[in-house]
Amino acid sequence: MGLRLDVQKRTEDYPKWLPAATSVGAVLLAFVFSGLILLSVGADPIRIYSFFWTASFGSWGAVSDVIVKATPLLLIGLACAFAFKMKLWNIGAEGQFYMGAFFASMVILLPMVDLEATPKVLVLGLMMLMGMLGGALYGFIPGILRAKYNINEVITTLMLNYIAVFWNNYWIFGKYSDAGFQMTKMFPKIAWLPRLSDFAKQYKGFSGITLHLGVIFGLIAAVIVWLILYKSRWGYKITLIGDNPKAAKYAGLNITRNIVLVFMFSGALAGLAGMAEVSGVVHRLQERISTNYGFSGVIIAWLAKLNPFAVILVSVLFGALIVAGREIQPSGVSFLIQGIILFLVISSDVLLKYTIRVVRTDKNGEIVQAKSAAVEEAE
Amino acid sequence: MTLQETTNEALAVEMKDITLRFPGVLANDHVNFTLRKGEIHALLGENGAGKSTLMNVLMGLYKPNSGTIIVNGKHVSFGSPKDAIASGIGMVHQHFMLVPNQTVTENILIGLDEPKFVLNIKKYDQKVRELAEQFGIQIDPTAQIWQLSVGEQQRVEILKILYHGAQILIMDEPTAVLAPQEAAELIETLRGMARQGKSVIFISHKLNEVCAVADRLTILRKGRATAEGISVEGITREALASLMVGREVIFNLQKKDQAPGEVVLELQEVSAVNNKNLPALRKVNLCLKEGEILGIAGVAGNGQSELVEVITGLRECTGHILLEGKEIANKSPQASISAGLAHIPEDRIGVGTAPNLSLTKNVIMKSYDHAPISNAWRVNYTAAGVHAEELKNQYKIQAPSIETQARKLSGGNLQKLILARELSSKPRLIVAMQPTRGLDVGAIEAVLDLLLEERSKGSAILLVSEDLEELLSLSDRVAVMYEGEIVGVMDQKEADINTIGLMMIGSLRGDPACPPAETRTQPTDLNEQGAE
Amino acid sequence: MNFTVIFHAGIATGTILLIAAIGEIFTERSGVQNLGIEGMMLLGAMAGFKIAYTTGNAWVGLLAAILAGGILSLLHGLVTISFQADQTVSGLSLTFLGTGIALVLGEGLTGLTTATIPNFTVPLLSKIPYLGQILFTDHNLLTYFGYLLIPIAWLFIFKTKPGLHLRAVGEKPDAADTLGVSVYRLRYLYTFIGGCFAGLAGASISIAISPGWYSHLTTSGQGWIAVALVIFAQWNPTRAALGGYLFGMLRRLLLDLQGPAMLLGMKNPFFYDRNLVFFLQMAPYLLTIIALVWGSSAARRKRLGAPAALGEPYIRGERGL
Repeated sequence: MGLRLDVQKRTEDYPKWLPAATSVGAVLLAFVFSGLILLSVGADPIRIYSFFWTASFGSWGAVSDVIVKATPLLLIGLACAFAFKMKLWNIGAEGQFYMGAFFASMVILLPMVDLEATPKVLVLGLMMLMGMLGGALYGFIPGILRAKYNINEVITTLMLNYIAVFWNNYWIFGKYSDAGFQMTKMFPKIAWLPRLSDFAKQYKGFSGITLHLGVIFGLIAAVIVWLILYKSRWGYKITLIGDNPKAAKYAGLNITRNIVLVFMFSGALAGLAGMAEVSGVVHRLQERISTNYGFSGVIIAWLAKLNPFAVILVSVLFGALIVAGREIQPSGVSFLIQGIILFLVISSDVLLKYTIRVVRTDKNGEIVQAKSAAVEEAE
Repeated sequence: MTLQETTNEALAVEMKDITLRFPGVLANDHVNFTLRKGEIHALLGENGAGKSTLMNVLMGLYKPNSGTIIVNGKHVSFGSPKDAIASGIGMVHQHFMLVPNQTVTENILIGLDEPKFVLNIKKYDQKVRELAEQFGIQIDPTAQIWQLSVGEQQRVEILKILYHGAQILIMDEPTAVLAPQEAAELIETLRGMARQGKSVIFISHKLNEVCAVADRLTILRKGRATAEGISVEGITREALASLMVGREVIFNLQKKDQAPGEVVLELQEVSAVNNKNLPALRKVNLCLKEGEILGIAGVAGNGQSELVEVITGLRECTGHILLEGKEIANKSPQASISAGLAHIPEDRIGVGTAPNLSLTKNVIMKSYDHAPISNAWRVNYTAAGVHAEELKNQYKIQAPSIETQARKLSGGNLQKLILARELSSKPRLIVAMQPTRGLDVGAIEAVLDLLLEERSKGSAILLVSEDLEELLSLSDRVAVMYEGEIVGVMDQKEADINTIGLMMIGSLRGDPACPPAETRTQPTDLNEQGAE
Repeated sequence: MNFTVIFHAGIATGTILLIAAIGEIFTERSGVQNLGIEGMMLLGAMAGFKIAYTTGNAWVGLLAAILAGGILSLLHGLVTISFQADQTVSGLSLTFLGTGIALVLGEGLTGLTTATIPNFTVPLLSKIPYLGQILFTDHNLLTYFGYLLIPIAWLFIFKTKPGLHLRAVGEKPDAADTLGVSVYRLRYLYTFIGGCFAGLAGASISIAISPGWYSHLTTSGQGWIAVALVIFAQWNPTRAALGGYLFGMLRRLLLDLQGPAMLLGMKNPFFYDRNLVFFLQMAPYLLTIIALVWGSSAARRKRLGAPAALGEPYIRGERGL
């Protein structure tokens, strides 16, 4: 007599709630595992987690901070989800984010328009366009290398991340440095995205609330990405190529062109995030505007199962993780939790392919009866 | 379990009461199988009947849920093919199990205990060479597998199991890839081995063949044995057929005589290279008229795939390919599709469908970009659903719903799905590659009926198949390919298997493929009206 | 600028890439792609440093690093080989996880000094004119280990029976399976070996070749460069070694370019405009991309390629069987 796991390939469709359930389960389990690791280094996980909570949701100001952090994550999460839908592993949202920030900043730094005479709407509009252009152009490089020469985009996008940081540093330190500091001069107000604290005169409660218009960009982008992926011809093509490129080619689709286009669109979303960050948060081009947003975006997209609306929710969670993580020791904790989450999410996908049950066995190892019909976590 | 319990000296293999369950399928249902020493025992059954599965159990690849196996009088329980090989059993799988970029010798040495660590390849090349000579097999041990023809690869497989010291040889559909003459040669070789005391299990679904080869036979149907070790003496084809599929199988194909119409497809001097950059098509000329089925015969790997690919726009070539007078060579697949081409690919899962997408998304693969499925930028999934539902009913595709993922369909239903999609576009030309391979009898009949129906509607059909019988019964004309050339074209009425077989192995050449040049249409790149 | 110094330093730092890349070659040859080298290296670097520091024995640290990398890689094995998850995503999460664990456990190690693997000058060989100075003088023991690793790895892969099985499993797993070679076991084994090498590569930074713990800057993307190197090397250890050494030398050259005021008789722009140095810092990453483009087009010309089953989970019974 004994117990063992009986693993069977699913022949039926899995229940509709299962993917969401595995994501939630993965997050919860990740906190448990991280807690164990924290315990092992002598930290108090309960205290750290409750600090997490108050630091991120304890006050309106904190919530606003979380959403401000979630904004670039939302756009980058969408960028990743979009590319992943076609199985293009764009790990370079980080670099595209920096390039978007750089291109948008150039509107002000060069300047491209007369900042005294141009209306604010036009300046901001131009910054958005330039931001998306910067990201798209930077997405074009790995896209064309993958499409034409079949070069692994994971490596190219990662290398381009490093390159983008040094490129920005050159301009920040070398050309536009504010008295030798690692930042440019502050942009004039005309280049600032409106934020709630701007309306503090009318509504007292908004004083000190830094939430800016960028979050609206993110929400609109989520709707657009959803429309493209689930309703449009292009989305159909992306889905088809993602599932079976050979079938797509056989059906007459131009795969090369779509790889490049999807990479550029993904890059444009990340570039817009860069623009929103310089124009809505830091109001200047500076070093370290991203704290590994590109990597978090990968995890967000995966945890959201590539669903644009789920990306909104997940990016808020990750925003909280980052806000709280800034003040937490040891500093790698949020990285650790993110890594564990991603691992658990991809592991839990096995539950979508197989049913796993605990079964009772007799002495010959034959199954006697199912002990529990419920699906157990595989870990 | 009522078989004799004592072990029998004359038996090489005794499998009793074997049951093997896969998720959702009972692959082997209490099957008994015995193999005598020195006999050729045919294992007959249609595709999916459980023949290969039973043999994979014997090879130790699957563990049966119940049943016992006795090899040479000893109870065995193989945990791995290694154990089976050590007991003197060797299997030549239907799809060759050879590593393409390793040499013949390297392939033979995989899995053996000897050599232990250092690989002195020269020494083993010599051993392989000696063994090949002993059995009269011609092969260069230092050649890489990808350089060899299909027939040569099969020889490597046989050599491999002989080198492993096999006394029991399992041949899984060994003649499927061979020309008739090569098949006869192979059967002679197997006979010779049986005379030397080796036992052979010969898996097949071809009725004629097993009668010619085997001493005894076992028939499987849907995982169950319907005949266990009966003698082939005096048994009729019809009796075999009904044991195999449970009903009369001699197809009643409704093929009407009809005069072919206008030329639909014309290939002029088409040449192309394969993936390894070696010539695969050499100046192919072909023409195909409406209401006509042109069968392409040939041993696998003689340019048939490349021929299909150049016509469907998936491969570059030189020369001209005219579809209804329009040049489609070196255009995109899209160009061929919009010129009226339907393509039933060989690889149903790898090329023909997107396995993880729904039935609906699979049937709109070629119609998603025009009305009524699409309006402007959108895909109208409601309309697509209606279309899918219609096709599902019309073509009798058995699936829980139109939202079911394609990969959950059986082979026959998957093929119906592809046919539904391709034929619903009202094509002028249908290119079908191995459209019945791996299907069970019911599905084969449905597929062939559909093709004949399209023929009577006036479509031109290019049918590539390795099943000569099927090819001859369906085609109006048959063209034979050898090393990238069309070596002969003949009318179905004049064609006979022997002549085609000789052409397939390059020993005979026949008539040119197309009528003389002056009756042909001209390319219309410059002159659009020319063809109609 | 002194070219002897550049060559010498290039050999030393190239060793790090070489070890990681050869480990990954083993893994990928078996059909498993592990993009998590960066994470395993960082974990190895931390584990090596921490254990060497606490025990005072660098060799124990080295062993800990090897095990740390190996154990982490088994997670990748579990997820991709047993659960058949996507290898790219699993490799990425391995990077996050390795980095996260390394940063948490490596808290407070920055700035400490520890026992290290010693340097060594080979008698006689170091007397060879010029080459002796570059190859055999005052190198870390791990650098010499690197020299030995190249022929050993090559011979193992191409001239031994286990190597034959390794290649078979990565090229056509079903063929190997039908001959009783366990695809799962070998893939786990070589994933583990690749992880061990990555851990060793990490420790070869932190307690051998350029000792110290600088949190995530310790590896600064070298794990990714090692992955690129594998492709550039077309899965051949000898080419990986050459690429690694060359890369090490280039990095040192780029560093040394910043020093002198005069360069080839001209004013050195990097000396006079410090900000141009950012472009020098970019160069290794740019070179990696260029090497990839060049390497993969060369592979196409010679019809060499990745192991045919690379990235594909093996499921018995899926194809043909």
